[in-house]
Amino acid sequence: MNYSMVLKNLGILLICEALAMIPSLGVAIGTKGKDEAAFLYTIAILLFLGICTLFIKPKNKTIYGRDGFAIASIGWILASFFGALPFYFSGAVPSLVDSFFEAVSGFTTTGSSIITNVEALPQGLIFWRSFTHWIGGMGILVLTMAILPTIGAGNMQIMKAESPGPNPGKLVPRLKKSAIILYGIYMVITVSEVILLKLSGLSLFDSLIYSFGSVGTGGFANKSLSIAHYNNIAAEIIITIFCFACGINFSLYYTAIKGNIKEFFKDEEFKVYVSIILVAIILITLNIYGNVFNGVGTALRHSTFQVVTIITTTGYSSTDFNQWPAFSKMILLILMFIGGCAGSTAGSVKNLRLLLLFKNAKREVHKIIHPKAVYTVKYGGKTVNENTLSAVSNFFVLYMFIFFIAVILISLDGKDMITNISAVTATLGNIGPGLGVVGPMGSFSSFSDFSKMIMSFCMLAGRLEIYPLLLLFSRQFWKK
Amino acid sequence: MKIIIVGAGKVGYTLAENLSKDNNYDVTVIDKDDDALAKVEENLDVLCIKGNGVSASILMEAEIVNSDLIIAVTGSDEINMLCCLTAKKLGVKKAVARVRNPEYSQELSIIKDQIGLDYVINPEFAAAEEIARSMGFSSAINVENFAKGRVRMVDLIVNDEMGLDGKSLADIDKESKSTVLIGVIVRNNEVLVPNGSTVIQKNDHIYAIGNPSSIYSFCKYHGKNPDKIKNVIIVGGGRITFYLYKLLVGMGINTKIIEINGDRCHELADVLPNALIINDDGSDEGVLKSENIDTVDGFIAVTGIDEVNIMSSLIAKNFKVKKVITKVSRTNYDNIVNHLGLDTVISPKEITTNYILKYVRGKSIESLHRIVDGQAEVIEFVVDKNSDLIDKPLKNIKMVPNTIIATIVRRKEVVVPHGKDVIKAGDRIIVITKQQKISTPSELISKVNGGLQNELLNGIKKLGDIINM
Repeated sequence: MNYSMVLKNLGILLICEALAMIPSLGVAIGTKGKDEAAFLYTIAILLFLGICTLFIKPKNKTIYGRDGFAIASIGWILASFFGALPFYFSGAVPSLVDSFFEAVSGFTTTGSSIITNVEALPQGLIFWRSFTHWIGGMGILVLTMAILPTIGAGNMQIMKAESPGPNPGKLVPRLKKSAIILYGIYMVITVSEVILLKLSGLSLFDSLIYSFGSVGTGGFANKSLSIAHYNNIAAEIIITIFCFACGINFSLYYTAIKGNIKEFFKDEEFKVYVSIILVAIILITLNIYGNVFNGVGTALRHSTFQVVTIITTTGYSSTDFNQWPAFSKMILLILMFIGGCAGSTAGSVKNLRLLLLFKNAKREVHKIIHPKAVYTVKYGGKTVNENTLSAVSNFFVLYMFIFFIAVILISLDGKDMITNISAVTATLGNIGPGLGVVGPMGSFSSFSDFSKMIMSFCMLAGRLEIYPLLLLFSRQFWKK
Repeated sequence: MKIIIVGAGKVGYTLAENLSKDNNYDVTVIDKDDDALAKVEENLDVLCIKGNGVSASILMEAEIVNSDLIIAVTGSDEINMLCCLTAKKLGVKKAVARVRNPEYSQELSIIKDQIGLDYVINPEFAAAEEIARSMGFSSAINVENFAKGRVRMVDLIVNDEMGLDGKSLADIDKESKSTVLIGVIVRNNEVLVPNGSTVIQKNDHIYAIGNPSSIYSFCKYHGKNPDKIKNVIIVGGGRITFYLYKLLVGMGINTKIIEINGDRCHELADVLPNALIINDDGSDEGVLKSENIDTVDGFIAVTGIDEVNIMSSLIAKNFKVKKVITKVSRTNYDNIVNHLGLDTVISPKEITTNYILKYVRGKSIESLHRIVDGQAEVIEFVVDKNSDLIDKPLKNIKMVPNTIIATIVRRKEVVVPHGKDVIKAGDRIIVITKQQKISTPSELISKVNGGLQNELLNGIKKLGDIINM
């Protein structure tokens, strides 16, 4: 492994994180909270460490595949660790493990929280929490690529390790331009949401918090009751639309901007994504109508909001869906395993992978009927490479494997089954709230430190799509 | 500038590598082969598309409509031509194709017209030309002509007999009273742009540049007397040999061809009726002995297999053949080949890349020669009357770093310039530079000084450099 190059990239990442903390510092100073010093200390530490690494002069400037993976996984762990320091220094979250959990949850756009009373947090920290969603949604490392003056070809490895989906690719020949285009689209979506939310009656600060939370598909709110606090239909609709939009592959927006709008609606994954959402909404509405809510309108309103925020792995709640009947809760739990589209800010397994798994399974069935027949799996009219197919199957197996191990480990805390299963599903899929104790009105604070670390691992593994993080445990990986 | 390269083979890869280094070029590579594409995608900052480069839909996917240039360098001439034809019809501005079949190359002008090709590169012919040029000046590793032959650059290896070892360039100038400029020194594969105080060491490659007669006397003075070559053996009867034979015969050199494949020998005998063609293994010492290798003064190994070329060249070196030229297609042998003591190594891939790069860089470049994988470039420009360079003493022009103006050519006069010399409109200048992106003479002028905005820009650039180091 090219250690000096990895260190150097990590240093650059830390400097970028320091820069990213400046808006939060501004908020902290503006609101005269107790958190100014905490941000200042953290920024100073980040800058010091980052500038130290700038003096490294690597002999070999190539970034190989494994270096890219190392930068992504270690980078995310470091970013989360330093992102946790403001919580810890300010005393708002007294335990370091809790602070780390909160920061990981922010960067990975999960939105699970150990904080029981959000309203008591200083404003600077609330802003920082949500801002990490925004950065983490599109990717911290992709952000550094978009900002830095020039970058080498090896950075494609980093982008591959960080971007969600089985086959992340570039939009245009230049990696830097691709990163800028992605962040450009992301910016436009964010700004439009902030404006619309402001118009719907939320304060500017709240509009920012909810916009960061929904475009990053994170889910941190600044009210304990989440969206339900406002009881504002307009805001709910806006958030639903933007969550939905950010669960779509961002490269589709680029094709649409180039004038190829038809392509947008022809995309197979997009169609699957929309169909799953529609079916889930209808089933849940039928189930909760008359049962929980008396009006069709109210039932539709809450089911739509909940289905969209859960499938996009955002995790906002307009009502306490933990009180819903088992059928609806089961559907929501399954949606947590599906997630958004590849190349979006959403987490979990992703529609594209499930679609390919399904097609592959269909082929296996056909093969039993006609053992000598040759079938290829097609996606969007093109044959899918066998390597991609096996990578997708392996991914799914590993995903489930980690899921089971994590469920067993956190069961040691002695909580009920629904809580354990949904807590791991929600963290591994980067959703946020689960069911039972960790439901929309609950929090993760009652878990032991050990369980919190396990779930932090799950969140990182889910965001980086498992492999980069698993590689850290391989001895081969560290050898020269 | 948007460039599409069809074919991710040896030439396609090198082109993509060199073009993608320059931020002005956005490169898209199209190939049918997954593995070749995977290699490109992993190592280079370019966009890869899998598919057939002739197909319109693939070309459309690569945004051919907005592209400035398509370069077709697949293994097949026909595909290359068809690809350019489709691309031209779809609206690409310029098309470049590699066409290597001698039968087509004779009808090149018709093909160019009909298909609308803007530039055709024939790597074998280019390689043959380079070999022939180097044969004409036997003591140099490599010979390059500029300004239509009025300026010559030779690449020499410093050995004990030259008496240059340990001397500084200023001393050498005084001693030999020559008007030759040593413009580049290559030491252990590192390129130095020297100044008067640079000291030459043994085994350095020095690039001497000047007018042909002073180059000749410089070489003679330093014991590198370029003897005339009379007898040559060529091992391998491929396309390069076909072109090379004609060129060598034109130079009055006796040429023998050794080719292992009987059928190919017959084909060659058909097209080269007067040639002496021997059907035998050219890497066999016995065969070479029986063909009197100890009496020839030139040996050229151009078979299709690098290993055979290297081995037979080593045999020839062992027989003290004066000039040995080896074709090596794969660049991953570069490091080893340098240590084997083979002096002139020709790589058709490099030559093709140089020609196409020169074409891509634009009109103001008259010729371009790249040294050690493009670490340094020797570029010939014609300075027009609007340039900022003219009518100023050179010492008053602030140049970009690591760059020198090696010669000024005014009509028939060739000057190795000093601080007081002036460039006039219409002069040709030959520039040696380690900067990579220079494509017009005005880019030679350093923009470091002047204006707060520039200061800021340079600051950002420097920060970028620090981050990227």
